[in-house]
Amino acid sequence: MPESNLIQPDPWSDIVMGNTAIVRAMAVSGTRVVSAYPGSPTPEIAEAIARIPAGERPFYFEFSTNEKVATEVAFGASINGHLSCVFFKSVGLNVAADTFVQLSLMELVGGMVVVMGDDPGCNSSQNEQDNRHLARLCYTPIWEPMDPQEVHDMYLEAAAWSQKMRMPVILRLSTHVCHAKMRVHSAAFPPAPQDDTPRFDPAAGPYLPITRLVAPLKRRALEKLERTREKAETTPFLKVLPGAPGPSSGPPGARRGVITAGLPTASLLEVLEGVHGGPDVLRLGLVHPLPERAVADFLRSHDEVKILEELDDFLEQGICRVAYREGLSCRVRGKEDLEEWIGEYTPPKVRGILHAAWPDLIPAAVPPAPAAVPPGTAPSAVAPSARAPQMCPGCGHRSAFHAIAQALAPEDITVADIGCHTLGFLPPYHMGQVLLCMGASCGIAAGLSLFQKSRRVVAFLGDSTFFHAGIPGVINALFNRHDFTLIVMENGTTAMTGHQAHAGSGENFNGPTKALSIQDLLVSLGATVRVVDTYSQGKLTQLVREANEAGGFQVVIARHPCMLAHMRRETKKPGYVKRQVRILADKCDQRHVCVKKFGCPSFFLEPGGAVHVNADLCIGDGSCLQTCPSKAIAPPAAVPLDGPSVASAPPEET
Amino acid sequence: MNTTQIYMIGVGGQGIGLLAEVLAHAGDRAGLAIRAVDTHGLAQRGGSVESFLRVGTRVFSPLVAPGEADLVIALERTEALRGLCTYARPGGRLVWYETAWQPLAVRLGREAPVETAAILEHAASLGVNARPVHVPDLPDPRMQNVAVLATIAGLGWIPGLATNHYREALEALAPPRAVAANLALFDAVVTAAESGRARA
Repeated sequence: MPESNLIQPDPWSDIVMGNTAIVRAMAVSGTRVVSAYPGSPTPEIAEAIARIPAGERPFYFEFSTNEKVATEVAFGASINGHLSCVFFKSVGLNVAADTFVQLSLMELVGGMVVVMGDDPGCNSSQNEQDNRHLARLCYTPIWEPMDPQEVHDMYLEAAAWSQKMRMPVILRLSTHVCHAKMRVHSAAFPPAPQDDTPRFDPAAGPYLPITRLVAPLKRRALEKLERTREKAETTPFLKVLPGAPGPSSGPPGARRGVITAGLPTASLLEVLEGVHGGPDVLRLGLVHPLPERAVADFLRSHDEVKILEELDDFLEQGICRVAYREGLSCRVRGKEDLEEWIGEYTPPKVRGILHAAWPDLIPAAVPPAPAAVPPGTAPSAVAPSARAPQMCPGCGHRSAFHAIAQALAPEDITVADIGCHTLGFLPPYHMGQVLLCMGASCGIAAGLSLFQKSRRVVAFLGDSTFFHAGIPGVINALFNRHDFTLIVMENGTTAMTGHQAHAGSGENFNGPTKALSIQDLLVSLGATVRVVDTYSQGKLTQLVREANEAGGFQVVIARHPCMLAHMRRETKKPGYVKRQVRILADKCDQRHVCVKKFGCPSFFLEPGGAVHVNADLCIGDGSCLQTCPSKAIAPPAAVPLDGPSVASAPPEET
Repeated sequence: MNTTQIYMIGVGGQGIGLLAEVLAHAGDRAGLAIRAVDTHGLAQRGGSVESFLRVGTRVFSPLVAPGEADLVIALERTEALRGLCTYARPGGRLVWYETAWQPLAVRLGREAPVETAAILEHAASLGVNARPVHVPDLPDPRMQNVAVLATIAGLGWIPGLATNHYREALEALAPPRAVAANLALFDAVVTAAESGRARA
């Protein structure tokens, strides 16, 4: 796919997602250092960076080992005079928090933008936490864009303000702002000469927040926040959008308004299309600190104002404070139902909320278009089977779970962690019965193992997660002599978020590096470590049995490279030969282990019970052969590229 | 012109992203505003993946509401029924690539596979014009997405978009080595769809 040149000095325009538009803004703003840990909805920012040829990138980028380290890298660069940026997902802030909360105490002489991808609706996160709370905790401003154009524009604002004020500034994105696509425009920019002079000066701080030194630093942070409030009052992103005139607009006592920001703005504008007499809208650009003057003016000129904010009542608290302090008679309507705290503010969600507030103004739902349905016809009762995510064909985790299941007793306890292997909780494997967050499995397993010997506890941990936050739990297990089995699911990459390299991969974002060996590391710590490729299923079963019988803290490294990444590389090579297994019909006695227990999606059942191989899916890895008790799966063999397809002939058109 | 709301659904790995990209660029080439969003992350691992596209003169949100899609595009039979049941508006349109990737519950024998007849019957009950697409003997199943695209173009199913808008977007976005084959397939399917449209 041809790529537009994100770093061209000339004006630029393309149809891109928010995660790409932000990279253009990094270049325009002169950002020099960018760091991150991959997590949805933000990893595509790095994919856009990767598409800029390495020698031409105007800034340094790295994936750090976790969000806290990434934040520290960006901080270090900033106090040395470089405009920096760190990005991560919503819950990444929890990992980064210890560092993050200190930033506002510091003089960030280069400026620093913190980009966080919140995930209302939990599209790919373990909660839908509202990160605005942590920004308030440490006096840090927040910009909230509603679409990719604003992602670009507000990044520039955030960067400039951060440089000017020497303070951290947050650009808070959400899933469907990161991933939304539209035509984005960006003006020409003069490439500034890059000045790499190390400007760190202890006198510019102090940078040591110790006891009595903290109060002046906190005072300075609060003063900067108050000056930012003036910015929030005057930014052109703060807008009053007048409601469309109509019969119900403006009668005394019924002047209505809505205060909103970010993605809910787009949903609100959709809902208000075609509504006559709709409310005026006050749209905030900076949501923290609150532009209290603009809010007071808006409240004063309306009789009833609904606050439309996704997740928690963050704006509501500030707006109610303004109304109380100013003695305003406007009826402020915040969250009126628990459902208003939950989920993404999509257009239907916003419609429902506004309908509940003003049923006379906003209809409950869009009236259905007239359908060409013959009178008396009822929709037939149909329910397509759910299709949850699953491990890919050839995935080493599938072989691992299939093998490990045979080493466990039904009462044993399995602890999951974050990664593709989390999918082991799904049928038919049911491996992983409790999950918290990155790297938590060893600590949880330690707690579960106390006071008991009757139920063996088995913890899973991925390799990227091992480096990210897993190591302290492992060391704790050794230090405090805990009694459980850790299975490290090592696939050589950060698979779930798009195959980012990690410390064990042998490469980083910018080139080759020494691969850190988890096995060597664990051995050097004194752990008992057993290692096996997961395709050796019998051996893996045996090693897990041994580990469980030995008792104490035992480690099994269940290793196999990510086959999705492997196949993406292989299929691009010249001379690639597609290989697939097939079912030997004369040997198959329809015990269906391949379909029902091993569960590779390449197998499918015919109505009569015969098993076939889906030619679109099988990658010819052959890990299934050993699972068939009747030896009815033929080893992978080359298939012609125009080979038989499972698709049936199209039916006649109706 | 009103906004056309398009809902796309398939299975992770089928190439729905490129199809969505071509449609978005086609809308842009037609001089319309577009807002689009794809599924990223975990769901791509063999789960249902969806993509939204809204094309028109006044568009703000990229999200399509359930029951409001003017056009549902599906890349698999079970997903066609899912898209029809959840997102199609009564009187809307459905086009799908006629293939089957069995969901887990079907592979486990716990639930019945979706039959083509059930989709057509349900579509009829909703007044939805439904078209299965399958071109036999294509070297790469992802080329079926081009057949789906060409069917939409040939039938004129997105108001404001002409055949050349789709074709130019496809030419610009298809992988270079596959452009010629994809354009040839596109032209053949458009011609067939247009003649079918003329007959109707």
